[in-house]
Amino acid sequence: MKTNGSYQQVVIAGFGGQGIILAGKLLAQAAMKSGREVTYMPSYGAEVRGGTANCMLVIAQEAISSPVIDSPDTVIAMNKASVAKFAPKLKTGGLLIFNSSLVDQAPKTNVSIEVIALPADKIAHELGSTKVANMVALGAYLQKSGIFGPESAANCLADVLAERYHVTIPLNKKALQQGAEFVKKTSG
Amino acid sequence: MSGKVLMCGNEAMAESAIQAGLDAYFGYPITPQNEVTAYMSKRMAEEGRVFVQSESELAAVNMVFGASATGKRTMTSSSSPGISLMQEGISYLAGAELPCVIVNVMRGGPGLGNIAPSQGDYFQAVKGGGHGDYHCIVFGPSGVQEWVDIMPLAFDLADLYRIPVMILADGILGQMMEPVVIPKDARRKTQDPGLPKKDWALTGAEGRKQNIVRSLWLADGAIERHNYDLQARYRQIEKNETLCEQYKVDDADIVIVAYGIAARIVRGAVDKARKEGIKAGLIRPITLWPFPTEQISRAADEPRIFLVVEMSCGQMVEDVRLAVAGKTPVVFWGRPGGGIPTVEQVFGQIRELTIKPKREK
Amino acid sequence: MQKVFTRPKTLKDCPTHYCPGCGHGIAHRLITEVIDELGVSGKTIGIAPVGCAVLAYDYIDVDMIEVAHGRAPAVATGMKRTNPDKIVFSYQGDGDLAAIGTAEIIHAAHRAEQLTVVFINNAVFGMTGGQMAPTTMLGQITATTQQGRQADGQGYPLQVCELLNILPGAIYIERCGLCSPAHIRKAKAALKHAFELQMNNAKGLSLVELLSPCPTYWRLSPPDAMLWIQNEMTKVFPLGKLKG
Repeated sequence: MKTNGSYQQVVIAGFGGQGIILAGKLLAQAAMKSGREVTYMPSYGAEVRGGTANCMLVIAQEAISSPVIDSPDTVIAMNKASVAKFAPKLKTGGLLIFNSSLVDQAPKTNVSIEVIALPADKIAHELGSTKVANMVALGAYLQKSGIFGPESAANCLADVLAERYHVTIPLNKKALQQGAEFVKKTSG
Repeated sequence: MSGKVLMCGNEAMAESAIQAGLDAYFGYPITPQNEVTAYMSKRMAEEGRVFVQSESELAAVNMVFGASATGKRTMTSSSSPGISLMQEGISYLAGAELPCVIVNVMRGGPGLGNIAPSQGDYFQAVKGGGHGDYHCIVFGPSGVQEWVDIMPLAFDLADLYRIPVMILADGILGQMMEPVVIPKDARRKTQDPGLPKKDWALTGAEGRKQNIVRSLWLADGAIERHNYDLQARYRQIEKNETLCEQYKVDDADIVIVAYGIAARIVRGAVDKARKEGIKAGLIRPITLWPFPTEQISRAADEPRIFLVVEMSCGQMVEDVRLAVAGKTPVVFWGRPGGGIPTVEQVFGQIRELTIKPKREK
Repeated sequence: MQKVFTRPKTLKDCPTHYCPGCGHGIAHRLITEVIDELGVSGKTIGIAPVGCAVLAYDYIDVDMIEVAHGRAPAVATGMKRTNPDKIVFSYQGDGDLAAIGTAEIIHAAHRAEQLTVVFINNAVFGMTGGQMAPTTMLGQITATTQQGRQADGQGYPLQVCELLNILPGAIYIERCGLCSPAHIRKAKAALKHAFELQMNNAKGLSLVELLSPCPTYWRLSPPDAMLWIQNEMTKVFPLGKLKG
C-alpha cells in the first residue's frame, strides 16, 4: 500500500445502522492505546438523519493538523452511496475496501487505487449476524494496512461497546479475525 | 498512556468544567453541542450538583446570572443562534461583574444557517455582542486537549476579574474525538495569585450589610465611573492574560494568523510549505480578547506578508490589520458557512503569495 | 405607653421614589413585615424587576439583585437550585412578568421551582410613562391606548393567576388587592403563606398577585384609585385563592 505509513487518513462510510460509528471509535481507541496520535470526526446532526453515516480518522505518529480529510489514504465503504461519494476522493495509490455483498463493482477513479472487494455481509452472515460486517471490514483494513493487528482492536471492544453489548464481544472478535483472514487469503 | 481517554470535545470540555469545580450548568439543546447537555445531565447528577435544561437560551444565561450572583461556579453552552439569544444576559453579566463561563460551539450563519463548523461569531464574541462598553475574555482553543486545559483557567480568570469568559469552539472541536488527559480538581488554589473572596455574593445578609448585585447606576456620573472601573480592569487583563502561540515565525517570509480549528489546519499547511522550502510561520491567538496585538505588531516589524485564515468572510483579520498598522501587507483568505479550509487550499494561498509579489515588481 | 406600630426592621428608613398613592410602598412594607415575622432576613435573596420597583433594593434590606426585564424567574431558578437553604423571592410588575417575561414565569412554575413570586398588577406600565400593560383593562386609556384599550387589536387583560393555575408545578396562587385596610391584611397573610411554603420546602412555585394602585397613570386621586381597584379591576381580576 503506497501511503505514508506514519500518517493514515481513513474514511469509513455506510448506512446508518451498519455500525460505521462503532467501527470508527474502535479504530480510534485502538490507535490511542497503541500510542499513536489520532483524531476521529463523525458526521453529525441532520446529515446522519438521512440514513448515511461516515467518520474520518487520522492516525499518525506526530501531531495531527486537520481532522477533516479531503483525500483519504483509505476508504472503507459499506454501501453503494458511500463508494460513489468517497472512492473518487482517494489519493493515488490509495486503498478502497468495499462491501461486495451490497455493491456490484468498484467505480472507476481518475487515479490508480488498490481495491479490495470484501463480501463483508456474507462473511458476517456466516458468522451468525450481518451486524458484524463492520468488524469484518475493519479486520480487513487492519490486516492490509498493518498499522496494528486485529487483536489490538479486539482488545478495545470492551472500551467502546456499551456494557449491555459486551455479550457480543466474542462474535465481534471473530468478525475482526475473519476480515483479516480474507485479506491474507486473497493477497497471499 | 495512563489517564488518556478518547473523548469528543463537547464531553471532554464538560468533564473538565466539572473537574474545575462547576457547581451548576444551565443549557438548552442545540446542534452541534448537544453532547454537552446530555453529558452534564448525567455527570452533574452523579456529582450531586445542579443541572437544569432551561426553556430557552435566554433563560439559561439568566439562570447562570442567578447562580453566579450567589458566588457559585456556573456555565452554559450553546451554538451560534443560541448565543445570539444570550447576548442580553451577557451584557448584564458584564455590567453586574458576574463571573461565569459561556461556551459557543460555533456553526454556520447568519440566521439558522447550518450545523457545520464555522468561525462566524468572532465579531460577536470579541467586540461586545450585547449592548454597552464591555468585554468578555474570549478563548479560541484549537484542539480538544487545549479546550480541556482552558476550562479551569477560564473559571479562574472569571473569578479573578469578575468577568464572563467565553470559549469560541466550533462544530469540529465539539464533535471530534481525540485522546485527552482531563486534569483532576483543577481549580486554582489560594497560592499566588489566589482567587479573591466572593464577599460581594448574595448569600443572605446574616451578620453583615446587605449585598446588592446590579447593573443599573442612575446617579449622576455613576455609570460613567462604573465604565472607567471596568475599562481599568480590561487594561489589566490585556496586560496579564494575553495568550498566543508562535510557530516558526522567526525567519518566516509569510506569517499566517489563524485561531481555533483553522489554526490547526494552517499548521499543517505551514509544515507543508516548509518542506517545499517556503519560510512560513503561524501566529495563533489563544485568547481572542485580549488580542495578541503586541505580538503581531512585533512580527510585522520585519518585511513579510501576513495572511489571515478564518472560517468566515474575514473578521479577526480586522484586528490583525489594526495590529500590523499598515507596516506590511495583510491578505485574507477564508471559507464561510461551514466550508472547511483544507491544508492544500491554505498551502496554495501561501505559495501564491510568496511567489506573486516578486513577479509584480 | 406601649409601641404598637413600628417600621419593619427590614424596611429601610428612607423616603422612596414612588408617587403619592402608589401601591409599591404598601407591598414593600408587607413583604418586609413578613420577612421580619418569619425571621428570615438573613437568608432571603430578593430579585428586583425592571419597572418602577427596579430600585426595590434601596428599600428592602436583604441581599438583592436587579435583573433583566422579565427574567427574574430564571435568575431565581439559578439561585434557588444552587442555594436550596435560602429563601428566594422575585418582585415583578405586570410588564415584567406578564409581557416580556411570560416564558420565564410559565416555565419556572412548570418546573415546580421552589420560589415565591410577588406579582404587582397595576394595569399599566409605570416606569416608561403609562403605556398599556397586558393587564390593562378594556377601555382604559394609556399612552399607547389613546382611545381606550380595544379587545380587537389590543387584546384582553391577561389573567396571570388563572393562566398559571392549570400548572401542577404552581402550588399556591392567590390574588389580593391593595385597596383597603382589610384587603391589605389579607394580602399580608397571603404573602406570609407564600414565604412559609418555601421555608417548609413545599415542592412548587407560589405566586401572589397584588392589584396595586397607580394613581398617576390612572389619572385618579389616591382614594379614587383604591376604589377603582375594588369596583372595576376586581371584575376582571377576581380576588381570592385559586389554589394552595
